[in-house]
Amino acid sequence: MATIRLSVNGKTRSVDTEPERPLLEVLREDLGLTGTKYGCGEGQCGSCTVLLDGKPAVSCVTTVRAAEGRKIVTIEGLAEGGTLHPVQQAFLDEGAVQCGYCTPGMVLQTVALLQNHPKPTDAQIVDGLNGNLCRCADYQRIMAAVRRAAAATGKKG
Amino acid sequence: MSTVNRREFLEMAGAGLLIVATAPLSDAQRGGGSGSLETRLHIGEDGFITVLSGKVEEGQGALTELAMAAAEELRVPLARVRMVMGDTDQTPNDGSTAGSGTTPRTAPLVRRAAATARDLLLAAAGRQFGADAGRLEVRDGAVQHAGKKYGYADLARSPELAAAYKEALPANTVVTPAKDWQRLGKPQVRLDIRELVTGAHRFPSDIVRPGMLYGRVLRAPSYGATLDSVDLSAAQKMSGVTAVRDGGFVGCAAPTTFAARKALATVSATAKWKTAEQPSSDELFGYLKQHAKLQERPQAQDRGSVQKGLAEARTRLKASYQVPYVQHAPMEPRAAVAEWQNGRLTVWTGTSNPASVRQQLAETFGIAQDRVRVLVPHFGGGFGGKHTGEAATEAARFAKEAGRPVSVQWTRVEEFTWAYFRPAALIEIEAGLDAGNAISAWDFTNYNSGAAALDTPYRIANTRARFVASDSPLRQSSYRVLAATANNFAREAFTDELAEAADKDPLEFRLAHLDNERMRNVLNAAAQRFGWVERRKKRRPGIGVGLACGTEKNSVVATCCEVEVNRTSGALRLLEVVQAFECGAILNPANLRSQVEGCIMMGVGPALREEILFKDGKLTNARFATYQVPQFHDLPKLDVILLDRKDLESAGAGETPIIAITPAIANAVFDATGKRVHSMPIRASRG
Repeated sequence: MATIRLSVNGKTRSVDTEPERPLLEVLREDLGLTGTKYGCGEGQCGSCTVLLDGKPAVSCVTTVRAAEGRKIVTIEGLAEGGTLHPVQQAFLDEGAVQCGYCTPGMVLQTVALLQNHPKPTDAQIVDGLNGNLCRCADYQRIMAAVRRAAAATGKKG
Repeated sequence: MSTVNRREFLEMAGAGLLIVATAPLSDAQRGGGSGSLETRLHIGEDGFITVLSGKVEEGQGALTELAMAAAEELRVPLARVRMVMGDTDQTPNDGSTAGSGTTPRTAPLVRRAAATARDLLLAAAGRQFGADAGRLEVRDGAVQHAGKKYGYADLARSPELAAAYKEALPANTVVTPAKDWQRLGKPQVRLDIRELVTGAHRFPSDIVRPGMLYGRVLRAPSYGATLDSVDLSAAQKMSGVTAVRDGGFVGCAAPTTFAARKALATVSATAKWKTAEQPSSDELFGYLKQHAKLQERPQAQDRGSVQKGLAEARTRLKASYQVPYVQHAPMEPRAAVAEWQNGRLTVWTGTSNPASVRQQLAETFGIAQDRVRVLVPHFGGGFGGKHTGEAATEAARFAKEAGRPVSVQWTRVEEFTWAYFRPAALIEIEAGLDAGNAISAWDFTNYNSGAAALDTPYRIANTRARFVASDSPLRQSSYRVLAATANNFAREAFTDELAEAADKDPLEFRLAHLDNERMRNVLNAAAQRFGWVERRKKRRPGIGVGLACGTEKNSVVATCCEVEVNRTSGALRLLEVVQAFECGAILNPANLRSQVEGCIMMGVGPALREEILFKDGKLTNARFATYQVPQFHDLPKLDVILLDRKDLESAGAGETPIIAITPAIANAVFDATGKRVHSMPIRASRG
């Protein structure tokens, strides 16, 4: 066991834990942040995507030790004071959600994509999100939501 | 739709009124449920309306659709309607959420209950105002008359007034016809979407209870293996760990998943198993044929004499089709939290059949059903794959032993391996064309996978369509639209072979055999939007176009697509899909579009890649890396046409839109390569 200090959604959280535990399980079981989902445990589906220092990471294969000292953003950390992040708003407006289990990972992956490509082409969206699986296969709606988010962010910026 | 024996009744219920609407279920619709469908509608003293339904939400849109149905008839904004679903202590037993049943059976019941409430409000307001109820109307949830206002809150606050009408509930409440809908029929984003995009919603795997442990179950190393011996002592010495053995059930629960996994590893290391010989996927289709239960009376739909028809045919063709097992692989694997308190068991889990899971739990633990409560939060996908309650039983076993709440969440490998599969199919077809190049005989046999959409929709004088059960090597059960996908794949791929033998265009050939006006409409709509006639004439190397259609669950679908086959590698790419779908009067066009697009894209998986492989009782591709479900890369140019038939009853739409994509691709691959497709997943040989 070790005491690990994590920066999660702008707050410092201290956790006593085995350092080799997956970040996903510490977020969910120790910090109560259940918005980050388990999908495969092997980094193959993107359900557990979080942002580590602004870059998307699959938290199921990231140890909590590896996340120490880095800025972690989970889905719970995106909305500010009840105002949805533009990407969340775009998913909502577009209705790009069926069962919604992949949604937190999709939203965070989109946030990261739009940081790199503020005006992504469709091919860039496909490449950027291809590692995130949606079994409801709502890909057409999600593509539309990402385009909408890009347009909204572009206007704002 | 039959309205026989429907009835509504009114009860006083804590701070408000409760209207109950029931309708009998046929044996076929009953599944694991009760003998009737029931919906309860509560009018609160705060004026809020609560719809209580035993149906569950798993992403298909039932929650929003039922709320819209209530708001429509009550004449209130959607925000005034609250939904309580899938809670066996609060909601009636509606049977399973399956078979596209919520739209044609539950939504009408909600509408009736709501229309009854509206009539009751009118009658009570009429009495209050001393006016003729027939001359009053409800707007925004209230009746206004001579400067006075009377709403649902007033109705709920005066039970004695409402009681006066208890015996006089209208026998034949009139629901609003589709042409007059104000809320139904308009696109509506799902009502719980904010909780989903913020991560605030608690899926079954997110439920946390005080002092809760996480449980991991010991699984057999292969199918058919039985546990000989196991030693729990090392796990029992670990701090905070509860190790359980109850017959074949062995597992460890601990304060974290990590600790449970470590404890289980020590147990697993000591486990001795007796294995049994199992067939492998290489020999699957021969095995299904060999084990066909021909002695059992098959389900059959016959017309005329297929023997005579074949004997008299000018041309006879024959083919057999193979469809492997596939897995639903919902993004949220099976999960449950169980908690025992004073001999009562409460379980949160993702299942489409809460009543059946409650019954199963009561039987397993030898307690009365009313001591078990099953709650089903909106869960992470089912697709027909979560009719059972394995995780619920496992969590309850752990919780009983640990004396604390326990959460069980299956791993992806467990979900792939131990959940049930969509049945594999071997389908044999023989057909004959008469002198006029019309299909005159049709002999169709499905081995193992099922009878859904078994019969041909085409006009054929002599047919025999059979489903013959077999001995499935793997645990199999329902999957979105059941065997209709396999049956329609084989039928529609073979129909193209017949069209070629008849020297007819596939569209023209189908239309010539179709009396079903609704199918003709979707076929024409898809073909026209796609530009079928022109594109069919255009020959481009490596490019092919195909079409297919089908009907099931009282809805109709037609699909045109274009594929590209790489001439050197044989790699197949789906470039474009146009699909037309019609399911009667559309309740929520936004949700319908998502369902149809989702069905097409989910269907692309088994069409192009998905196939469960197994050897010596073990799956060899039980992970997303090796069992590749559709991804963004697979998304073609996708155009969906929704035909709205306000003159027809609304049919469910979460299933049928999946049945035409596979044969459309198969037929397009033939067009590109000149080689016929006889198995899923479709592998294009080099052209």
